[in-house]
Amino acid sequence: MKNTKLDMQQDYAIDQSRRGTLKGLAGLGLGALAGGLGIGNAVAASKVTMGFLYVGPRDDYGYNQAHFEGKSAIAKQSWIKAVDQENVPETIAVQKAMESMINLDGAQVIFPTSFGYFDPHILKIAPKYPDVMFLHCGGLYDANKHPKNVGSYFGYIDEAVYISGIVAGHTSKTGKLGYIAAIPIPQVLRNINNFTMAARSVNPKITVQVVFTGGWSNPVKEAESANSLIDQGVDVLTCHVDSPKVVVETAEKRGVFSCGYHADQSKLAPKGFLTGAEWNWSKIYLDYATMIAKKQKIPNLIRGGFKEGLVKSSPYGKVVSAKAKAHADKVRAQFMKGDFVVYQGPIKDNTGREVIPKGKSYGQTDYWLETMDWLVEGVVGKTKG
Amino acid sequence: MSGEESQWLTVLIAVLGGAIRVGTPFLFVSLGECLTEKSGRINLGLEGNLIMGAMAGYGVAWITGSAWLGVLAAGATGVVLGFVHALLCQQPRVNDIAVGIALMILGTGLAFFIGKPLIQPTAPHLPALHLGAWSDNPALRAALEINALFIVGVLLAPAMAWFFKSSRWGLAIRTVGESDDAARAMGLNVNGVRMLATMAGGFLAGVGGAFLSLYYPGGWSEGLSSGQGLMAVALVIFARWDPMRCLYASLLFGGAGALGPSLQAVGVTSGYYLFNAAPYVLTLILMIAASSTKVRSGMPGSLAAR
Amino acid sequence: MTFAPFLIPLTALLLSLALFGVFVSLAGADALAVYHSIYRGAFGTWFSWQNTLVSAAPLMLTALCTALPARLGLIVIGGEGAVVLGGLAAALTGLALIDTNAWLALSGMALAAMLAGGLLIGLVGWLRHSRNVNETISSLLFNYISIAILSFLVIGLLRDPETLNKPSTHHIGESHMLGALGETSIHWGFAYGVIACVILWLLYKRTTFGFAVDMIGGNLRAARLSGLPVGRNIFLVCLMGGAAAGLAGMVEVAAVHGRANTSLNAGYGYEGILIAFAARHHPLAIIPMAILFGGIRAASGLMQRDHDLPDATGLVLQGMIFILLLASEAVFARLALNKGSKA
Repeated sequence: MKNTKLDMQQDYAIDQSRRGTLKGLAGLGLGALAGGLGIGNAVAASKVTMGFLYVGPRDDYGYNQAHFEGKSAIAKQSWIKAVDQENVPETIAVQKAMESMINLDGAQVIFPTSFGYFDPHILKIAPKYPDVMFLHCGGLYDANKHPKNVGSYFGYIDEAVYISGIVAGHTSKTGKLGYIAAIPIPQVLRNINNFTMAARSVNPKITVQVVFTGGWSNPVKEAESANSLIDQGVDVLTCHVDSPKVVVETAEKRGVFSCGYHADQSKLAPKGFLTGAEWNWSKIYLDYATMIAKKQKIPNLIRGGFKEGLVKSSPYGKVVSAKAKAHADKVRAQFMKGDFVVYQGPIKDNTGREVIPKGKSYGQTDYWLETMDWLVEGVVGKTKG
Repeated sequence: MSGEESQWLTVLIAVLGGAIRVGTPFLFVSLGECLTEKSGRINLGLEGNLIMGAMAGYGVAWITGSAWLGVLAAGATGVVLGFVHALLCQQPRVNDIAVGIALMILGTGLAFFIGKPLIQPTAPHLPALHLGAWSDNPALRAALEINALFIVGVLLAPAMAWFFKSSRWGLAIRTVGESDDAARAMGLNVNGVRMLATMAGGFLAGVGGAFLSLYYPGGWSEGLSSGQGLMAVALVIFARWDPMRCLYASLLFGGAGALGPSLQAVGVTSGYYLFNAAPYVLTLILMIAASSTKVRSGMPGSLAAR
Repeated sequence: MTFAPFLIPLTALLLSLALFGVFVSLAGADALAVYHSIYRGAFGTWFSWQNTLVSAAPLMLTALCTALPARLGLIVIGGEGAVVLGGLAAALTGLALIDTNAWLALSGMALAAMLAGGLLIGLVGWLRHSRNVNETISSLLFNYISIAILSFLVIGLLRDPETLNKPSTHHIGESHMLGALGETSIHWGFAYGVIACVILWLLYKRTTFGFAVDMIGGNLRAARLSGLPVGRNIFLVCLMGGAAAGLAGMVEVAAVHGRANTSLNAGYGYEGILIAFAARHHPLAIIPMAILFGGIRAASGLMQRDHDLPDATGLVLQGMIFILLLASEAVFARLALNKGSKA
């Protein structure tokens, strides 16, 4: 076992393979970021060691696969050593796995990718290893409360969900959309609300029927939910569970449309797939690695949507109309410019209560949106179990 | 028909469809367990057979392009696990439940390990029969889209009941299950009969797994089984070792599993966790109600003796 | 035959390691290097040892949940449910006692957890005795029901609104958390486990209660005839087993999470069953077995990272050990029988 922790302290001298590194970076659209600043650490001995932890299997066609793909993309860089561990539960096991990566593999930066890893697990381990960065996927960092070597990153995937909602709104003939979700937490509710508002911006009569399965991975329940929704006349399905595979495949089998989530599911439903909301983690992982290699200060909080390149839409399916594409592309362009506000009053929830008054609006970065506990008008479903 | 009425009708149809779709794996595993238990042994490892069957069935279907070959392969892995179970159990001082738990762990581990490369590919699915083609109600048509395996299972239940009641082999299994001594007195090879019954039971459980991966919900993933194999063992007790009752119990169980999602789909959104727990509560209540301090009718004597 | 208690597990362990080596070689990994990783991840350094012992802590307690009733001939697999309900009861008690001192709060939590887990498994025993309800199946059903109750409560009634995306109860208070043993990173749960195993061993070995339990387990009819309160003893034994698993739930809440949430359902109960059988239901043997299996848990990450093996590798190894343990026990029993018949 090489002691990479010691290696880290060597100077990152410029060497020959710098050009190769830069080429690799440019290939990922990051040439500008890396260019001219001299990333000189491409010596094999002074690799940046990064450790990734996933809560589920790394090939689940969903959340964990999205992170694994991000990790795999950066692991190709000769100056990065990336180790990972799958199926790590949100118990003391994750604390031990992080410590093991640090102590036994010499990891300099740890990416615990599940939301539940943060409190108490990261907060307990981080103070013990002040030289290691703990970058958590979920955006919970609070400078007043949390250790300096902890950071958060997260993507506004709800922007991409909004795009899916537009396409769904244009495609639906019955005016009934279905959303299969795990549990009613703010991230999930925000996605459902975005999807609904986007669809209703096309056709205000559209309703979105929600089914909560009660868990992040339960294929039988997801399939049963999909069938029930289709029986009710729903003709576009989407979901927020760890692996959307079952939902997308069931929709295809029953001849209705589907929007994907987390990763690209287009090939699972060649006929009915519309588009989907995807993470683009490889970009942020490479950004982080570059910052560490250059010994730059790592920002404690990185968040972004389309504009920052952290999320993307899956390619449009064959059935998507030109009109729908034009509408969706237009809104995406506005997101790219950063001047599209989803939560602009007046907005009522589905019990008729006005949650955002006229004239008031909440921009993407507003923390209030991350505490969401209501469903917007047009959603059939309740937030309380 | 008013809108509300039609909604309740769709819930009913969804529960019917769910009973068939969700109930089929329960049916196969519980029939397999029923056969094994009739011979006087409990195989708690059928969850392992189910998961191994799901993985092997999917893998073979993907490689050969034939879903039915997948079903056979799933059954074959079940036979192998059943063989190991029977072989260990006939040794002195070995507890069949312990062997079952061990095989459940090993089967699950092997399936997850070997199945890693099978998560991504798409294998051919088992075909469905469109028994609802006469109806113009799309929900009913979907509910009556029935997989051939379900029909096999439905036919298997009365066949097995007849087998136990009227065939020589069935009598042999029942005798072995009642008492080792009586069976030996009749000149039966006790271990041999149990071995065959456990292997055949393992075959059925493996086929139940193939239904999960090759038909519904379809695909191979590590979360595919949520304990259906274990629950099927409970169903056998609930069904009092009667194959026909296994059929009814599996349908009831499947329907109960479909109730939660279908109620939410029509807007009844409260307490879905409790609805999700409904099948378990139901089984428990029925088990308590059906039991007494006396030995239950239908229970193989050598199981009751412990 | 005096060596059998050691010889059996040792033979099984060596055989299963050999078989496992063949298995990983077939999967394309270097078996010797995998062994080295297991050693390094589980027992190679003091750091690894601490990981192993922490992983073993809840397993000792959940193993007792199966091992104790097994002495009566009952096979209870409800450890998972007892952990979940124990953790829930501990969190609720911790919240009720949040303004008291740590000692009182922790004692209250431990008691509540043991009571909750104990009553659950006690109910299983009672149903078995008075209604002849199969204890294996009813305890399995109670696992699912307990998990549903926990999920229902933490997402609704008991939810701390601050726990945005991971629904949990409120926090029991940092100052009321269970600390580590000395300078180590091993929490007190490990000590609880060892103490529980020793106390229960003494109870079985040295008291008339233990004698009565063995008698009921050995021959129910004879026990009844001799006037033993069979029903009460079954209930008490199940109560103690459930209390041990409930305590594991309390440790999870008090030493790890500070709250109750669905992470309580982490599979400790199921792994405990395996350990109980591996230890042949002997309370003292549970300690080394739990450490062995805790070590596999601790090392499974390294097997993934060093050799790119899937997470299920640890499960395969556990399954092999368990099967071969049962098989070698059978072989030894057969040898003993042969010897007996010759003599």
